[in-house]
Amino acid sequence: MSEAQSDAGRRKFLVGATVAMAAAGVAAVGTPFVLSMLPSARARAAGGPVEVDFSKVEPGMMITQEWRGQPIWVVNRTPEMLAQLAKNTDLLSDPDSADSSQPDYCKNTNRATTEHPNLFVAVGICTHLGCSPVDKMKMGEGSGMGSDWPGGFFCPCHGSKYDMSGRVFKGMPAPLNLRIPPYTFLTSSRLLVGEEKKGA
Amino acid sequence: MNAMSRLLGWVDARFPLTTVWKEHLAEYYAPKNFNFWYYFGSLAMLVLVIQIVTGIFLTMNYKPDARFAFASVEYIMRDVDYGWLIRYMHSTGASMFFVVVYLHMMRGLMYGSYRKPRELIWILGMAIYLCLMAEAFFGYLLPWGQMSYWGAQVIVSLVDAISPPVALWIRGDYVIADATLNRFFAFHVIALPLVLVILVFLHIVALHEVGSNNPDGIEIKEKKNPVTGIPLDGIPFHPYYTVKDIMGVVVFLAVYFGIIFFSPEMGGYFLEDNNFIPADPLKTPPHIAPVWYFTPFYAILRAIPQKQLGVVAMGVAVAIFFLLPWLDRGLVKSIRYRGNLYKIALGLFVLAFLILGYMGTQDPNLWYVNPVSRVCALVYFGFFVLMPIYTRLDKTKPVPERVTG
Amino acid sequence: MKIDFWKKCLVQWGLGMLMALAGSGAFANQAVKLDHAPIDPSDMASLQRGAQHFMNYCLTCHSAQFARYDLLTRLGLTEEQVKKNLILTDAKIADYMTVVLNPKDAKAWFGVPPPDLSVEARVRGADWLYTYLRSFYRDDQRDSGWNNLVFRQVAMPHVLYELQGEQVLKVEEGKPGEHHAATLVLAKPGKMSPKEYDQFTADLVNYLVFMAEPMQQTRIRIGYGVMIFLALAFVVTRALKHEYWKDVH
Repeated sequence: MSEAQSDAGRRKFLVGATVAMAAAGVAAVGTPFVLSMLPSARARAAGGPVEVDFSKVEPGMMITQEWRGQPIWVVNRTPEMLAQLAKNTDLLSDPDSADSSQPDYCKNTNRATTEHPNLFVAVGICTHLGCSPVDKMKMGEGSGMGSDWPGGFFCPCHGSKYDMSGRVFKGMPAPLNLRIPPYTFLTSSRLLVGEEKKGA
Repeated sequence: MNAMSRLLGWVDARFPLTTVWKEHLAEYYAPKNFNFWYYFGSLAMLVLVIQIVTGIFLTMNYKPDARFAFASVEYIMRDVDYGWLIRYMHSTGASMFFVVVYLHMMRGLMYGSYRKPRELIWILGMAIYLCLMAEAFFGYLLPWGQMSYWGAQVIVSLVDAISPPVALWIRGDYVIADATLNRFFAFHVIALPLVLVILVFLHIVALHEVGSNNPDGIEIKEKKNPVTGIPLDGIPFHPYYTVKDIMGVVVFLAVYFGIIFFSPEMGGYFLEDNNFIPADPLKTPPHIAPVWYFTPFYAILRAIPQKQLGVVAMGVAVAIFFLLPWLDRGLVKSIRYRGNLYKIALGLFVLAFLILGYMGTQDPNLWYVNPVSRVCALVYFGFFVLMPIYTRLDKTKPVPERVTG
Repeated sequence: MKIDFWKKCLVQWGLGMLMALAGSGAFANQAVKLDHAPIDPSDMASLQRGAQHFMNYCLTCHSAQFARYDLLTRLGLTEEQVKKNLILTDAKIADYMTVVLNPKDAKAWFGVPPPDLSVEARVRGADWLYTYLRSFYRDDQRDSGWNNLVFRQVAMPHVLYELQGEQVLKVEEGKPGEHHAATLVLAKPGKMSPKEYDQFTADLVNYLVFMAEPMQQTRIRIGYGVMIFLALAFVVTRALKHEYWKDVH
C-alpha cells in the first residue's frame, strides 16, 4: 500500500520532470528558429547609418536619401518658413510633438537641432498608412493648396497635411507628426542618419 | 477539470478524438518484448518532423535560382541568425533519416516484419523509402555546389542512357541548369514532402490495423485474455512505449546534435568538401561520388560494365525489396527461430551492402573497387533470388507459444 | 533473456564500418603527406594577424565575396580598427570582400580566375592550405617560374616568396621501383626565418578557417551545453521508463 503510494509519487515526479525538460528543450530549439526571422546580419549591416552631404541643398530645397529602405528627407528651410512655424500652433494636432516620435534634441518647434535649426530631417512616410507625402513647400496660392496654405507636405493617399516641420494639421487622417530619425552632424555640410553619436 | 472534460465531450461529439487516442495509443496493444531495433520507427517520424520544420525555415532564405542559390546558402550559414544551426540540422537530418530508415528496414529483415499479414505495411514502407530517395536526390541539388551539380548530372545521365527525351524533359535544358534547379526545388519542398506525409500516415494506419510484429515473430493477438479480450503479451503503447521511445529520442538527439555541433561535415560524408565550390558546368571535379546513402546502389551501377544494364541493375536492386514478402518461404518469421541458412544469408547480405556502400565512395580506378563490387553485387542479388530456396530448406526451430524476454 | 548473437554482430559490423569510414575521411587519397596545421581558432591575436595577412597578400587577387568586412569585428576588433587597419580599399565596413580584378584579365594572366576564398578552407582543409602555402618551389619550365609540391602545375605564382625565400626541389634517387622522394630545400632565404614563415602561414590559415565558418566556435560552445542538457534528459527519461516498466513482467 505505502509502496504503491510512493511509486505513484515517484511516477508523478518523473513525468513532471520529463515534461519540464521537454518544454525547456522545445523552447531552447524554438528560440533560434524565431530569432532566424529577425533582420539578418546583412540587413543590419545594410541598415547601418547613411552619410548625407547637404552642402548643395539651397534654402527652400530638399533632397531625399534612402536609409533602411525608407525615404529620408533633408530640407533646407528659409527664414520665412521658420518664421511661419510658430504661427501654425493653433492649427496643429500635436504642436509640441508630445506624442510623436523624434530624438529629444529635435523636440522643439523647428523639430531640428539648435546647431542647424534650418535643416529639417525626417522619415518621409505618412504616419497614417505609410504613403510618402509630396512637398508643397510654397506658401499661399502658388502651392495649389489654397491661399491660406502655410507651406508643408501633403500626402496624396488620404489627404493628410503637414507643416514645414512635419507636424500634422488638425482633422487629418494621420494621427502623428512625421517621424524624425536619429542623426548627427559629421561636419558643417555632412550628416549621418541613423546614429546619435559617431563611433560610439 | 470539469471544464476540460466538458470541452473534451464537445469535441468528441464532433470528432473522434478520444477514440483515436485510445485506438492508437492508450489502448493500442503492442507486444511487450520490443528490443533495441524497435526504436527506429518512431525516430524516423521524429526526423521527418525535423526535416519539415527546418526545411520551412530554410525556404525563407534560400533562392532557387542558379545565380543566387549557392550565395543564398552561404547567406543562411553566415548572416541569418542561427541559420547555420537550421541548415546543419537539415543536412544532418537528411543523413540521419537514412541511418534510421536503414536500421528500421534491417529490423524488418531480421524479424520477418514483412511477412503475412504485414505485406502492405512493407510495401508502403518501401514506397516511403523510394520517395525519400527522390526527396534526398532533389534536395541535394539545391545548394548548387559542384557535387550537387555533377551528382545530378550523373544521375540524370542514367536516365539519358535509357531514354534521352525523358532526360531532356527532366532537366528542362540540355544540361543541369536553372530550370532544373527550379523544378527540383518545387519537387523537394512541396510535392514529395506531401507524398511522404501521406505514405507515412498510410504506413501507420496499416500497422495499427494488423498490429506490430515482435522479435519472436509470433502473433500476440492469437492469445487473448478471455475476459478482457486484451492480448496476453500486449501492453498499451501509451504509457509504456511512449516513455520508452522518449528515452530513445533523447539518445538519438545526443547522436544527432553531437554531429551537428561537433562534426557537421562528418568527415565529408554528410557535407562533401567539393560542395563548397559553386557549381561550374565547365569543370567536373576529379572524383564524383553520391552521398553515402546512395553509394551501395551506385557501386552496383559501376560494377556492371554495360551502362544500360547497370542502370537496370541499380533499379532492380531497389525494386526487388518490394517482392520480399513473396520470396520468403520460411516457416518462421523471426531470425531467432530460423536455421543457419537464413542467418548466413542475411549476414552476407548486410556485409555486401556495407562493402558496396564503401566501394561506392571510392575511386573506381583503384584495382579492387570493381572486382569487390561485382562479388558483393552477386551476393546482394543472390540474397533475394535464392531466398525461396534457402528459406524453404532452412532447419527452423520451434516457435514458442508466448513471447520471450 | 536471450542473447541475440546476430544482433550484436550486426551492430558491431555497422559501428566498425562507420568508424572506418569516418576515420579515413571521404576522399583523402593525397599524393603528398600533409603537415598538420598548428592553428588555434580561439587565439584572437593569431586570427587578427591572419586577417591582416589576408588583406595584404590575398585580397588583392582573391575575393571573399560571401564575407563582409564587419565579419572582422568578431575577432575582437572595433569597427574603427577594422576601417583603419584592415580595409585597404575604399570599401565600407558593410561591403563584401570583393576585388577589382576583372575575371577576364585574371584568366588572361593566370590561365584561371583566382578562386573565391570565402569557403576555401572547407574545400581544402586547414592542413592542405598550410602545406600548400609552404610548398612552392622554383621551376623554370613554368611560365610563372613557380611550381608547388601539393598542387602540381598551380596557376598561382608564389606571392609570398619575399617572405619565405625561394625553395628548390631536390629529388633523391630511390631504389628502382620505389617512388622518388622529393624534398624542398631553401635555396635563397627570404625576409623571414622558416619558423617565422610557418607562424605567418599558420595565422593566415587560421583566419581562412575562421572565414569559411565564422560560427564554428559558437557552434562548439553551444554544443557542450546541448550535450549536458541531453545527458540530464537521459537520466530523467531513463528513470521514467524504468519506473513504468516495473509493471511489465
